Order: sequence, then structure tokens, then C-alpha cells
Amino acid sequence: MTKAVEERQRVVIRFAGDSGDGMQLTGDRFTNATAVLGNDLATLPDFPAEIRAPAGTVHGVSAFQIQFASEDITTPGDHPNVLVAMNPAALKAELDSVEKGGTIIVNEDAFIQRNLEKAHYTSNPLEDGTLDGYQVYRVPMTSITVRAVEELGLSRKEAERSKNMFALGLVSWMYGRPTDVTLNWLQKKFGDKPQVYDANVAAFKAGYNFGETTELFGTSYRVPPAPAEPGTYRNVSGASALAMGLVAASVRSGLPLFYASYPITPASELLHELSRLKNFGVRTLQAEDEIAAAGIALGASFAGHLGVTGTSGPGMDLKAETIGLAVVLELPMVIIDVQRAGPSTGMPTKTEASDLLMALFGRHGESPMPVVAAYTPGNCFDAAIEACRIAVAHRTPVVLLSDTFLSNSSEPWRIPEVDSLPVIDPRFATGPNAGTEFLPYLRDENLARPWAVPGTPGLRHQIGGLEKDESGSISYDGPNHERMTHLRAAKVAKIADDIPPLEVDDPDGSAEVLVLGWGSTYGTIRAAARRVRERGLSVATAHLYHLNPFPKNTGEVVRAYRKVLIPEMNMGQLAMLIRARYLVDAIGYSKIQGLPIFAGELEDRILEVMQA
Amino acid sequence: MSDRPAEPDGVVGTLTKKDFTADREVRWCPGCGDYAILATVQSFLPELGVSPDRIVFVSGIGCSGRFTYYMDTYGVHGIHGRAPALATGIATARPDLHVWVVTGDGDGLSIGGNHLIHALRRNVNIKILLFNNQIYGLTKGQYSPTSEEGKVTKSTPFGSVDHPFNPIALALGAEATFVARTIDNDRQHMTQVLRQAAAHRGAAFVEIYQNCNVFNDGAFDLLREKPQGIHNQIRLEHGKPIVFDEGRRCVAVGDNGRLVIADVETTPPDRIVVHDVHGRPSLAFALAHTSDRPTEPTCIGVFREVERPVYGEAMDRQIELATQRLGPGDLDQLLHSGDTWVVR
Repeated sequence: MTKAVEERQRVVIRFAGDSGDGMQLTGDRFTNATAVLGNDLATLPDFPAEIRAPAGTVHGVSAFQIQFASEDITTPGDHPNVLVAMNPAALKAELDSVEKGGTIIVNEDAFIQRNLEKAHYTSNPLEDGTLDGYQVYRVPMTSITVRAVEELGLSRKEAERSKNMFALGLVSWMYGRPTDVTLNWLQKKFGDKPQVYDANVAAFKAGYNFGETTELFGTSYRVPPAPAEPGTYRNVSGASALAMGLVAASVRSGLPLFYASYPITPASELLHELSRLKNFGVRTLQAEDEIAAAGIALGASFAGHLGVTGTSGPGMDLKAETIGLAVVLELPMVIIDVQRAGPSTGMPTKTEASDLLMALFGRHGESPMPVVAAYTPGNCFDAAIEACRIAVAHRTPVVLLSDTFLSNSSEPWRIPEVDSLPVIDPRFATGPNAGTEFLPYLRDENLARPWAVPGTPGLRHQIGGLEKDESGSISYDGPNHERMTHLRAAKVAKIADDIPPLEVDDPDGSAEVLVLGWGSTYGTIRAAARRVRERGLSVATAHLYHLNPFPKNTGEVVRAYRKVLIPEMNMGQLAMLIRARYLVDAIGYSKIQGLPIFAGELEDRILEVMQA
Repeated sequence: MSDRPAEPDGVVGTLTKKDFTADREVRWCPGCGDYAILATVQSFLPELGVSPDRIVFVSGIGCSGRFTYYMDTYGVHGIHGRAPALATGIATARPDLHVWVVTGDGDGLSIGGNHLIHALRRNVNIKILLFNNQIYGLTKGQYSPTSEEGKVTKSTPFGSVDHPFNPIALALGAEATFVARTIDNDRQHMTQVLRQAAAHRGAAFVEIYQNCNVFNDGAFDLLREKPQGIHNQIRLEHGKPIVFDEGRRCVAVGDNGRLVIADVETTPPDRIVVHDVHGRPSLAFALAHTSDRPTEPTCIGVFREVERPVYGEAMDRQIELATQRLGPGDLDQLLHSGDTWVVR
């Protein structure tokens, strides 16, 4: 029997199961095969804070969403077209998000009384009409997997563990994904454990063949490759891109990278990635606490390394004092905040972008510092280099904002030429700068002070948290303090001369509404604007990459539109800044649900604002 | 892997105290024990033969924190309690530097206790001088984590109900590889201890009993003043029986195995403890507890000195091994790692 093949432009699939079911891995593998096939894609891992929540419960559901397309896409999609649910809890947790009439593939074997009860179903949703209107495929994944691997002599429990590979095989068939990418990966991963390897391969193939041979599935789908700029591509997550960006900054500056950090979700990934890159001379140090991590990074900077610390919101609270010291010491240092839902422990595995004001102002005293915010997974690479460049060039700590969504999600990334990356010149002080004297706070044209590292003959100096005068001596003089406060502010403000202007995307030049964003809302804003434009309406967009200082033309841009709409995963922090700085009546749009803003939601909001 | 060209450490025969003395007015209270410590450190450093360009002093907050500004070396006056963290970054990044930390009982044992114990545990190559005056001086006289129970201060008008730390026992408990105690006004003893601390590979912890003549005057009189000091200082020397008070008293093993202060005359010689800095930590721990307070005979000198891998060196070795195994990092290769595809 030859099955029909239909073409689709874009598909959103959500894999959902118990947190022990390997859904993140399944999603990851599907993503890689999809990337290699040449689709554009965006992913959204969504998992619980508990490592192993009680099996079968709704709060233990782990999900992975991917949107892939034959055209340029910017978000992981609002509503899945396809849900793969490995148990009743996954169905319960995810059903609401599935598009009306969407496809639901369930592991039928898991819909037994005990699991239904754990998911608080009083009757079986496969039979009681809950799924009316959806295209439902009931596949006994567990039992077929067990049969497929039964010759390998595994225990039943071990055999069942491969059912995620069955699901992957089945969905790979449905969407014509290349099998060799997954099979090669299994070889690499389990090549030295033949039994595990064989079981995974058998389950994967069983899933693929199940789609191809049974009559349950009549159609498979083809999503052709998306047009893309020529080049070599790979798939990259924000966390990986950030790690590679830091290494790139180290290579391009000649400064050894020193990364000190304390484990915290979701920033630990960065520590893990960097600790593997020792042959780049990278030093990673897992500190005793967040405070020490910042102090150690700052110490390394004083000693002439590229000192970097990374954390999430709760760690930022603790690092504030050290960051304040770095502001006064005027040493290069980068502080990475992978934001998550707060306050306090909040929702540790869920995304939010609510540390913007903290990055700008979260220290006592007048302590200005530059802030850069990454806006796509791939852009995390450039943002890391940019933060390091500003830190070194302007002798200042820099906050680099990422978030859980950016960190965990991935997209195809055109690999840059190493020679095209910025060169960062440390410009170490090598000799006296005032006759025969060395003044550690004598400033250059950027108002930056010299970086004289210990061991440099004749440049001995003592710096510290106490206020000092322009020669570097301690001073308690009031007017001097005011002068130094203005100088530190002017130094940071002057960075505006060293960053590009804010670009506006206003294709026909007739838009009256500007959607201004920052951080990971970039994809959503672009997707929503495209939808609005597809309706024949005009809307402009702009995205702030530098949050302090703002690009010089920011005021001009926001004043040029009748209305400025600012969507944020917070209560309106950028909106507050724009209103305060430019006296523009910016309209905020907030979503604080631990999830990215959906393009459809923003589209509706834009239309409302246009009509108001 | 060293990141800077190695230069010879020695500046033979040319260094003096003046080379380590910053051209700044010292601003501790007249009569403060810190003056004596500063003078002793400045006088001692020339003998290391290390250029002041290669020395870094790091301090925190408190009276001791000012030390950095008075040393003509590289220096960072950091934030409260965090000097060991800053110093860990400096020493780990740059094994070629000689890094000294100056802290106090409040800075090092209260707000910065965590950093102190972890720097000791890791055996970072830093020398930590903890000035213990059993009081908060810079904030004008509150009790500290080494103040005795019942201490009446501005914040404890009815007497402190806190039990104090024993800094030596704390350092030993933190697996410190070098632990010593000395006294501010005993220049000779302090110099000897500093010499051994400087020669130690890894973290050295030196508690210095320091008199605060404004807020806690006389706390260590029993040990630091003549003539009673002679009777009450138990001077530890490796390999020697622990005898003090001009040979009259000793530290002996009591009937229940505990260490006791005893008269030499009535103690069988095989019961007198022979000091061993390289042995098990329990001896050093017991010696730290021969007195609860410096108001009884108290041990000074080196309690423990053992070898363990130095933190930064171990890290450098991992980098060397990784580089040998994988070759020096190639950025282009890193960017192309994993599955790639080409769009033409």
C-alpha cells in the first residue's frame, strides 16, 4: 500500500510524558533530524522543577514543543498541531494547548485505571468523548516496544524504557525525518553498551515501521526545507551559544576565561558546558555560594583574566554587593543572569524576564552599569561577545540578560567565520601614565581607567570599595564624591557612542504603532507583526539589544510613532524605563505565566492598540 | 599553563621594609595592635626576595581592612567578608603571584565565615592573616564571634549569650593544611610564623591575637604582657615536648586520654606530648582546646602543617592534560561541533 504524502508549510508538535519518560531527549533528537533536513525551527522545552515527580501525576509532566517550517519562523508556536501523550497525565496537562481539531497520538497502554486515577480522570478520556473533534491515534506503544526488543533479554522495565524511541520513530515517519541522524546519534551515545543500543534502535525502527505499515496512519507529511542564507548551519541552544560566545570572547581578546558560578537552574547548563572546554584554557570554578562566585570572578579580572559569573535571579540578589564593588573598582567583568520566574524561588524551571530593573538598578548607591540582553538562542553567542567587549573596552562590569526560554530552546544557527568576530583589545597598562607615576584612576577618552594587572613592574596600586579621587587616593570629600558619581555615570552613558543605533522594521513606513521589545520576545514580536501585516495593516517593530545605555536614537524612534506597545514577560519594566526616560506614553503588555508570549496573543493586542 | 612570561622572583639583597611601605598616613587608633602587625609584615617581606610587584594584599571590611592601603604592593580592599573569595580568584588565575589575605574576627569568622572555610578546604595558595581582637572595632564596639560568653558590649548590655568560635579549631575543622597562632606584639614569634606560612604550599591560616586598646583593651594581657606572658604562652615547636612556663609545666596526656596542663616534675616523661605538625589533626585540635580563652595557658605557634595539592595548580594540570589530549582549543572546530549542514 502506498500512503499519501501531503505537504505542510509549518507544523507544531508537542511531546509530553512523565518526567522519567525521556521526552526532552525525544524532542531533542527530533529537533536535530529536523535541523539537518533544513527546516527552520524553534523549540520550547517545558519541564517540572522536581527531578522525578511522582510518576503518572500531572505536575510530573515534562513536555517539549517544536515548530518547524519550510519558511522563516521565529517562535516555537502557540498551539501544537500534534500532541504526543505518553500517559493520561500528559494528555490532561497538555490537551488545552492543542489546536482545535489537532492530532493526538497517545500511548494507549498507559491509559489504565491506576494512571487515570493519578491524573484525576474519573473516566477514560479516550472513550468518554473528551477527545471528540480531535484526530486521535491510539497506539499501544509500550507493548509494541516490549515485543520489538524481547529477543534482547532485557527486563520488562528496561524494555519499556525505550518507548520514547518508538514515539520518536513514529513521528519521524509521519514527518519524513531522516532516520540516519538519529541512528548515528544512538551509535555515538550507546555504541559501547550494545544491549541498550540495540533496544533503542529496535524501538525506533519499530515506531517508524509502525507508521509505514499499519493502516492506522493513512498519510504522512512533507515539510520542505526552508530557504536560508548560504552557509554552514547547526542547531544551537541559547546555553550552548552563550558558552561558545564566552570562549570566542576569550579567544578574540587573548584573555583566559575564568568562569565562577554556583549551581542554579537554569544557569548551571553554562557551568557544565564551559567546564568541558578546558583545552581552551577555560577555568571553571564551582564556588561555595553565589557571593563567592562573583568575588572569585572579580578577583580573576583584577588578575588579568576575563572574569565571568553566571546565575539566575536569586543569585543576582546575592551578587549585588560584589557587582557594586566591581562598579567602583572599574574592572571588566561579566555577570550573566539567566532569568526565571520569581520572586524568591518562584518557578525555577519556568521562564520570565523580570530582572531588567534589577540589572539596571539593583545595587545600593549610584552604581550604573551596562546591560545587554540576548534575544534569540543563536544571538546568545553574539551577546556574550558583546558583553565581554563592552566590559573590557570600558572597564566595567556588564550584566548580560538571558532567560530560561532562550537558554533551553534552540534554533538553526549559521556558524560565523571566526575572522569575522570582533577583536577585543585588553590594552593592559604597561607603564606609568602621569610622568613617572601611575595613577590607577586616570581616564582615557572613553573615561575608562587603566587595567594594570599584578606582576606588571612599577604599576603597584591599591584599589577598593572606598570612594577615591581622580588620582586613586581615598577621599571622603563631598564635592569629590559628587564628581566621581557623575564620572562613573558619564562613563557608562558614553558607551552609547560605541553601540549601533536602534533599527526599526517598518516596511512601508506608514505604521502608527511601534512594537518595542527586548530579550526573548523578539521571535514573538516578529511573528505577530508578520501576521498583522498579512492582514494588510502596518506595524513597526524595534528590539533593544542594549538596555543600558540605550542606543542614542531610542528617544527619536519611540517619539516617531503614535503608539508604542511594549510586550514583556514582566509587569512592564521596559515600559517604565521608556516612559521615565522619554516621557512617551508607552503601553505595556504583560504575560507572567512562565511561558513565552504567544504570537496570536500579541497579534490580538496589536490590533486592539491600533483600533484604540 | 602560565598566562604571563615567568620572571625571576628574586630581587636579591635589594629589598628593604621601605619597599613594602606605602606613602600613606596610617590611620588606626594610637596604640592599636595593628601597627605592630603592619611593621612586622613590612619588615618580614623583604626576606622572601619577591618583588612587591608580584605580591597582592587583599582585605575585607573592619579595622584590618585598611592594611591593604598601607602596603606598597598590589592591593584590593574588598567588601565585608569576601576577601578569601577575591583572593581565590586572583591566586587561581595567577599561580605566579603571592597572595595575602588580611581579615579580622568579624570579617573572617562572621560575615565571611563561609568563604574562609572553603578557601582553606580547597587549599588555595593564599596566606590568611586573621587579626583577632574579639570585638567589632570599626563599628565601635559590638561583640564578635570570638567574644566570650557574657561579654558586655553596646549590643549586649546584659552580656552576650553567644558561644564563641575557636578560630584554630575552626580552621582545622575546615581541613586547613597550615594553621598557626601568634601575638601582635611578639615580633620575633610572628616573623617566625609568617616565614613558615609563606613557605607553605597552599592555604595558610594565621590567627594573630591583636589588642584593641579602645574597645577591648587587655583581652590578651595574660599572654602578651610581661611577666605573665612567659608563664602562660605554650610555644609549640615541631618534634619537641610541649613544655612551657620556663620548664615548669607541660601539656600531657591525662588518664582519660585528654590533654591536660600538668607539672613537669610530677609527670612521667612519656606522658608529655611531643608536638607533631604533620601528624593527625586530632592532636592539633586537642592543642587548640588546651584553653577555652586566652585567659589561661594557651598554645601559640604552628599547630598543623601538611601537604595537599594546591588548588590552582590542580586546575592548571587539568587544563594541561585536556590540551594534551584534545589539542589546543580550536574555536572554528568548536563552533562546528555536532551535526551541521550546508545551505548553498
